[in-house]
Amino acid sequence: MVTRALALRLAGRLAGLVGTLLAAAVLVFLALHIMPGDPAELMLGINADPAAVAALREQMGLDEPLFVQFGAWLSGVVVGDFGTSLTYGVPVSTLLMERASVSVPLAVLAVTLTVAVALPVAVAAAVVRDGWADRTAMAGAQILLSVPNIWLGLVGIYVFAVILRWVPAGGFPGWSGGVLAGLTALALPAIALAAPQAAILARLARIAVGEAMDQDYVALARAKGLSARQAAWRHALPTVWAPIVTIIGLQFGFLLAGAIIIETVFSLPGLGRLLFQAVSQRDIPVVEGVVLLVVAAVVVANGICDLLAIASDPRQSARRPVSAGP
Amino acid sequence: MLTQTLRVGLLAVVCATGVALGATGAMAASQRPLVVGMALEPPHLDPTAGAAAAIDEIVYANLFEGLTAIASDGSVVPALATTWTPADDGLSWTFTLRDGVTFHDGSAFDADVAAFSLDRARAEGAPNAQPQLFQAIDRVEVVDPTTLTIHLSTPDADLPYAMGWGDAVMVHPNSADENMTAPVGTGPFRLDAWRRGDRVRLVPYEEYWGEAPQLPSVEFAFIADPTVALSAMLAGDVHAFPNFPAPESLPLLEGDARYHVEIGTTEGETILAINSRRAPLDDVRVRRAIASSIDRQALVDGAMFGTATPIGAPMPPHNAAYLDLTSVNAYDPDRARALLAEAGVENLSLTLTLPPPAYARRSGELIAAQMRAVGIDVALRPVEWAEWLTKAFRGKDYDLTIVAHTEPADINIYTRPDYYFHVENERVSEIVAALDSTVDAEERVALLQEAQRLIAEDAVNGFLFQLPKIGVWDARLDGLWSDAPVQANDVTGVRWTE
Repeated sequence: MVTRALALRLAGRLAGLVGTLLAAAVLVFLALHIMPGDPAELMLGINADPAAVAALREQMGLDEPLFVQFGAWLSGVVVGDFGTSLTYGVPVSTLLMERASVSVPLAVLAVTLTVAVALPVAVAAAVVRDGWADRTAMAGAQILLSVPNIWLGLVGIYVFAVILRWVPAGGFPGWSGGVLAGLTALALPAIALAAPQAAILARLARIAVGEAMDQDYVALARAKGLSARQAAWRHALPTVWAPIVTIIGLQFGFLLAGAIIIETVFSLPGLGRLLFQAVSQRDIPVVEGVVLLVVAAVVVANGICDLLAIASDPRQSARRPVSAGP
Repeated sequence: MLTQTLRVGLLAVVCATGVALGATGAMAASQRPLVVGMALEPPHLDPTAGAAAAIDEIVYANLFEGLTAIASDGSVVPALATTWTPADDGLSWTFTLRDGVTFHDGSAFDADVAAFSLDRARAEGAPNAQPQLFQAIDRVEVVDPTTLTIHLSTPDADLPYAMGWGDAVMVHPNSADENMTAPVGTGPFRLDAWRRGDRVRLVPYEEYWGEAPQLPSVEFAFIADPTVALSAMLAGDVHAFPNFPAPESLPLLEGDARYHVEIGTTEGETILAINSRRAPLDDVRVRRAIASSIDRQALVDGAMFGTATPIGAPMPPHNAAYLDLTSVNAYDPDRARALLAEAGVENLSLTLTLPPPAYARRSGELIAAQMRAVGIDVALRPVEWAEWLTKAFRGKDYDLTIVAHTEPADINIYTRPDYYFHVENERVSEIVAALDSTVDAEERVALLQEAQRLIAEDAVNGFLFQLPKIGVWDARLDGLWSDAPVQANDVTGVRWTE
């Protein structure tokens, strides 16, 4: 049964998720302890009294043995307490919520844009294979892929914020200021993030769809009277859906955590900048919190894409009974 | 490089098309909020519990006040204390406190609160970043609700000045523990909102004891990228950058009537610190060779785009006791080579540790090239602040490093035997000890100048340039500070002129 196959997959995924989270947490914890630098010293600066630094270290719990610190943190996480930020002095969960409310919509927006641009371009190019439109589209994708998105971001700011004044030059007004204001602030960064991703997806999808167009079933569909475009959308694309969806899942994970440059360029309070800041401040609870959140999001997104791929491809669920046809 | 070319190109387009100013111009001047740009976000907002300059850059004078305050010209002026007088023996200071002052939560300020604030700041193990300010204090006595006497263990002529630092501001027992996230002070502005990662918003406090601010609100927006800082100014999203992070873009703003560019002074002496605990850097000839290999003017032009002033000793040029010692160990590659040969040092290979600020990274590249020209091989090592503090500063594990010492009146660091740089000189130690009990201005100048000369001749460090305060703001703004005698963005006197 398809449900049983799915349940098995899901259970495997969950176990994998927990294992991945634990491994990431241990690795991050060790890495931060190997790195030179001390959060208490950093807080108090160069004139600090050593006694004050020692007192602050004790207050932060940094004088405990490593495994005790990790154990205390982990037992908190199990019951949903991510601890308190060493530098900000506020609960990590609050920080994560604030930042995720920027990063998640930004990633979703960027992925949506990526798919909305890349798939129609890829299919259109595959239909007119090797024609001028195909070559132009693929060359355009190559250019977008080569342009660093920091550059795209800066050009965007100059054109739309400095010259046209359509959008602010950065910053995020918060969702309390209205959905429209929030989306306006995220529009340029989402475009800058989506451009290279769309180029990747367009090139991959163009190749996959192009190959599918050579298959017999597409020829059959054409023989039945479908146009090349109809055959591409209805028959070629669905058969290559699985790898495309997998790529989209990977892109979502990358966009969630890897947007630090774009977040910096647009002064957005997202997860990437929080992570960077926390690492440079040696704020271990915050680093751990962001890493866990991002790892979980990546694993879940990939899992969902995997399940979507199964659902779209009969061959992926081996135990699914072969239907007897119409 | 790419972004720079782009910037110039696009600015040409902006100028050519003559784009008019945005909608903010239409707003009535008294209704217009002020948006101040800052490169770094503070970790929290309690100036008595952290070293981050970004804390004071938001709360100093605006949200928190001390007994005294340091004015824009560096002088000590009344704040929550109206007058202060020393005892004849110099072993105590009596402060008369202002009446009718309240905190933002309505609590009253009096001598008990002042004593609490000072005792809290100087307590053993208290997380105060400047414990030396309170070092001379023996005990704090409440005489009556508006009179406070501070008893000292040794005379301290600078106590009123120390009381003007952000680390010595007045806090209330009811709210002190929450000041990191919910600061409650006595200043003309109170905290309205802090959207972490984006901005802090302050609004006027209605019950303020003094003159009410002329701004409906002030926002401190955090913009980390220098190129974006320029865009934010050009787009009108930010009205002022008291410390503009992109000196390379100044010519563009200077040529534009909408902006005012002000190059002011700071207390930041940028030095090439030399670890003289390590051979052969313990040899004064080698240190002099290093100092002589440095072309300060090239640093000022190349790393600071002409905005900084070369220095030859650890004293800011605007200080009354400043002595121009750039001619001691002046740039002279031949002399540097000769000194190295005299010291018998060949194939010297050193590591230059560079913390994150642009002044350090940019100067480091140039200094490495200049030192290579006299035969010293220099490897660059960029590090984060956390690593710099732990390894270079506390661990003294470095050969050379570049950093700006931004504390005012800090020549005493040259006498600390366990400091990260140190060259023993008895006379300098005598002078610094004598300064504590010397009140006469002329005598102080003479002592300070002698110390500067000795430190320069010992080539304790390479002395590079005084860090400038590069301020850029909307030309319609009035009242922003030109200089930075303390690291602060005091906006209490800022107003829109139109």
